[in-house]
Amino acid sequence: MALLELSHVETYYGDSHILFDLSLTVEAGEVVCLLGRNGAGKTTTVRTIIGLTPPHTGRVILRGRDVAGFAPFRVVRLGIGFVPEDRRIFPNLTVHENLEVARRTWGNGRAGPWTEDRVFELFPILRERARQLGGTLSGGEQQMLTIARTLMGNPEVLLLDEPSEGLAPLVVETLRQQLGRLKASGLTMVLAEQNVRFVSELGDRVYIVEKGMVRYQDSMATFLADPEVRRAYLAV
Amino acid sequence: MSGLSVGMFLFLVSVGMSLIFGVTRIVNLAHGSFYMVGAYLMVTLVEVLPDRPWAFWVALLLAPLGVAMLGGVIEIGLLRLIYRRDPLMQLILTFGLILVIGTLVLLAWGPDNKSVPRPAALAGSVRVFGQPFPSYYVLVLGLAPLVALALWLVFYRTRWGMLIRAATVDREMLGALGVNVAALYTQVFVFGSALAGLGGALAAPTVAVALGMDGDVLTTAFVVVVIGGLGSFAGSFISALLVGLLQSFGILVFPAVSIVLLFAIMAVVLIVRPWGLLGRPEQ
Repeated sequence: MALLELSHVETYYGDSHILFDLSLTVEAGEVVCLLGRNGAGKTTTVRTIIGLTPPHTGRVILRGRDVAGFAPFRVVRLGIGFVPEDRRIFPNLTVHENLEVARRTWGNGRAGPWTEDRVFELFPILRERARQLGGTLSGGEQQMLTIARTLMGNPEVLLLDEPSEGLAPLVVETLRQQLGRLKASGLTMVLAEQNVRFVSELGDRVYIVEKGMVRYQDSMATFLADPEVRRAYLAV
Repeated sequence: MSGLSVGMFLFLVSVGMSLIFGVTRIVNLAHGSFYMVGAYLMVTLVEVLPDRPWAFWVALLLAPLGVAMLGGVIEIGLLRLIYRRDPLMQLILTFGLILVIGTLVLLAWGPDNKSVPRPAALAGSVRVFGQPFPSYYVLVLGLAPLVALALWLVFYRTRWGMLIRAATVDREMLGALGVNVAALYTQVFVFGSALAGLGGALAAPTVAVALGMDGDVLTTAFVVVVIGGLGSFAGSFISALLVGLLQSFGILVFPAVSIVLLFAIMAVVLIVRPWGLLGRPEQ
């Protein structure tokens, strides 16, 4: 049984129909990449999973349980972590406080591996910035804080929406290595991205989303070996 | 000095109002009614409790608790239904609450003004700079910095305070991090109601407890919150003291225009800093 599955999902933003009969599966321990152009439906897919934009029809199945229509905080407490595209750190809270509000307080004490110390090991720069207000961090530091903050909830599946967007090349490379370490730790991830180079080593499988539909799915190796696919769906 | 005391009552009411607005985005017009209920509960509690020195202090504790319960019932029973609705609907609902609570208070306590005796230990007066000054006001003034400090500690040194400050900026994100924001709304509303109740209970021995005190305090607290900046804790404190002093001195110096003066200052603040003295501009 897949850890996470979307089954025939149809999602609307108000009156506009965004996702059409979208299905995908995520197995425990794998990194699944959602690729597609701007406006293809990647963000909506991620928001559908976490419950911020619940699907109109279709199911979001986490460990065999349909969580479609659950409030986001319940979905989070069942084990899904969400790293939003626009970072959305709390600018008026310090780095330490940003982490603290996201700390896992639910579940009968079965806290996972992630503590403030552990996330500081992964992102050492945040330790130096611990007493600084979130709003004073650079873009790259904010991106790291967003990921660190979500890890504090000890998710089983981490959803990342365009983590490399708007970052300097050097920062993107650092982030890629950090996500690589997360993958090595066994964390399951869903990575929505436009930047194929960023995910080519991280990802195990690829879904290409276009106009709210899955147009292609295969292993990362097969996808990389087929430049035609990339040209058809991703080239600008 | 009495101006500072009035400022203290105003601070308690307006910081609760500002807190509720900051987190839930509801402008709670019934906040003045909570203050009034706090004062009326004080009347009854002081009557009912045995005539002992501790009775006053127990009443001072129980009255805000009663108002907190009222706030909880209102939040869970009514406000939850309208968070996602038009702000106008929210104003209409909380305005309706003013009328409902006012009527219920009239039914329960009758139309006559009530008064609360000051506790025996604080019934006299002390001399401050050669002027007689009611001892009770000394208590109020002593309590003010303590309450402000306690609130500061809650907001800046507890996880609950962090959640509140985070919620004022981005509620949706907070929910997406596993925080039960609906429960936080209730807690904040109950806490804000208790602060208004405490303000009313503390003020009861210094004023005539009467129907209509809800409207008076609401108007002034509203000015305080707007001047200080909606959602700003320090802003409410400074602006409450300012407004309290202004009201007392205004009535002495130029009685005819003291109310106008209040609104004139609010207008100036709104023109120069629309987000208030210590508030943050909306992004």
